Amino acid sequence: MKKITARPYSLRDIPFHYCPGCMHGIAHRLVAEVIDELGIHGRTIGISSVGCSVFAKHYFNVDMIQAAHGRAPSIATGVKRVLPDRVLFTYQGDGDLAAIGIGDFIHTAYRGEKITTIFINNTVYGMTGGQMAPTTLIGQVTKTTPFGRSVEINGNPIRVCELIASVEGVAYVERVSLHNPKEIIKAKKAIRKAFEMQLNGIGFSLVEALSACPTNLGLSPLEAVKWMEEKMIPFYPLGVYKSPAGGGLSA
Amino acid sequence: MKGNDAIGEGAILAGCRHFFGYPITPQSEVTHYLAKRLPEVGGLFMQAESELASINLVFGAACAGARVMTASSGPGISLMQEGLSFLAGSELPCVLVNIMRGGPGLGNIGPSQADYFQATKGGGHGDYHTIVLAPNSVQEILDMMKKAFDMSDMYRMPVMVMADGIMGQMMEPVVINEEKSVEIPPRPWATIGRDYHENRNEINSLFVVLEEMEEVNLRLLHKYEEIHAKETLCEEYMLDDAEVALVAFGTVSRICRAVVDKAREQGIRAGLIRPITLWPFPHDVISRIAKSAQCFLAVEMNMGQMFEDVEIGAKGRAPVYHYGRLGGMVPLAKDILEELKKVSKRRGTGR
Repeated sequence: MKKITARPYSLRDIPFHYCPGCMHGIAHRLVAEVIDELGIHGRTIGISSVGCSVFAKHYFNVDMIQAAHGRAPSIATGVKRVLPDRVLFTYQGDGDLAAIGIGDFIHTAYRGEKITTIFINNTVYGMTGGQMAPTTLIGQVTKTTPFGRSVEINGNPIRVCELIASVEGVAYVERVSLHNPKEIIKAKKAIRKAFEMQLNGIGFSLVEALSACPTNLGLSPLEAVKWMEEKMIPFYPLGVYKSPAGGGLSA
Repeated sequence: MKGNDAIGEGAILAGCRHFFGYPITPQSEVTHYLAKRLPEVGGLFMQAESELASINLVFGAACAGARVMTASSGPGISLMQEGLSFLAGSELPCVLVNIMRGGPGLGNIGPSQADYFQATKGGGHGDYHTIVLAPNSVQEILDMMKKAFDMSDMYRMPVMVMADGIMGQMMEPVVINEEKSVEIPPRPWATIGRDYHENRNEINSLFVVLEEMEEVNLRLLHKYEEIHAKETLCEEYMLDDAEVALVAFGTVSRICRAVVDKAREQGIRAGLIRPITLWPFPHDVISRIAKSAQCFLAVEMNMGQMFEDVEIGAKGRAPVYHYGRLGGMVPLAKDILEELKKVSKRRGTGR
């Protein structure tokens, strides 16, 4: 029998702790496959953040650092400035990157640090039990917005790709989704491109991956996918927001 | 050389080639000096957007195996406390400098020793310590930077050099002892990529299994006990026959030394204990002197912070008094002498 697929070398042989229907596992695998394909396993260092993805430090088969909440881009910068020939990626959720860590994120982007950020946006805090995220949609019910997120009380959701698309020093920005195989294939291409930007020394690169958290949405995995298609993607349009050749949205 | 410049030059002499920081008075000259000097020796000076970022840039550089430092003053050091806790938990070496100013809050830019508690008793969350060094001259600052880096490497933990605004701003002649080459110990634990070392490395301070966390805590505890036993530093002056033992660090210790001389001229047998390491604190020296002296007088630029460590050391064997100036004010020799005369006649403990 011919073996047609296997666990990427850059993922360790450890069971994921993620909930059923969670898309962290998919994102982990895509990043690991890209690291394998680019042949950068031995010089890649990953930074995991705080939230459900804190355990990413355990799953990737590369040197890993576990950061304080929101600080992954600064830590990645610290490593990169000492070892400019290494490949650095941060793996951050929406609370980590867009709430507590948005200062570190924006300044890292403006400095044009040659690192790659994988940003998982599922519109909700997973680890702490389903509270509002900066990316929670208007009207979305969470533990801390029991009557739905309101603009008056909570302000507007942050669209991260749009926020940094105009920033000099940023090489590549793309928003992808992990809700079906077609989009997952696109997501992998985007992640590969983001790493290539770093390898070519062009600048900071970001891939925002839309993802579902069925546990905290109170939906089945399938219902959560439908929710993403109907609610999330219309508010967070997919596509390339910045690339060196220029050009804006090309969804 | 100016104290703040000595911090920078001392770091370079110690082999430090990476500095991440944010300007704040009265520390800013450290950044000015290193911004010019580090590129000359092939190093990197980077101004961060905040002290929050500074300490995490330091964290990253430490993960990559660099000798790295930052410097700030009270408000900035407060912002770094989360990072300090993570550095302690992840067992990473680095050096921090705190050029203390008046507080709390924004306070002022006058010299102060009000960050003693924050530096020596934790500051960040969780069960940990930071080694704290307190120089009292520009020459000592220069030499102490090397010691700070060596200790941080040996024990894999942050070391803080703590001085007040006077130390930072003061100019004194120095002798620069340039060592041919600085040996930086190997860092087999660093996250530098798997091609560059044998094992997969993870730098981490998360231990969800309670027993594992306790094991880490115990390892830290044993490290701290070893440091207490081996690294406690203290200068003793005229203590053999002292009736009143002054206790002071940093700038105040220099004033107190003059006070001891003056008191002796007037027939009062005074002596001085100058803790050089504030953590570990020389409790044993205090205990020993408590057997022969009548009382202690802790003199500080705060409400009585080191005072509590002196009381721990004295173990009730001799009363401990405190004299402090606050808000950026510096105690004058004549006022300390007056206080010394008063306490030499008093009994019982108090401030």
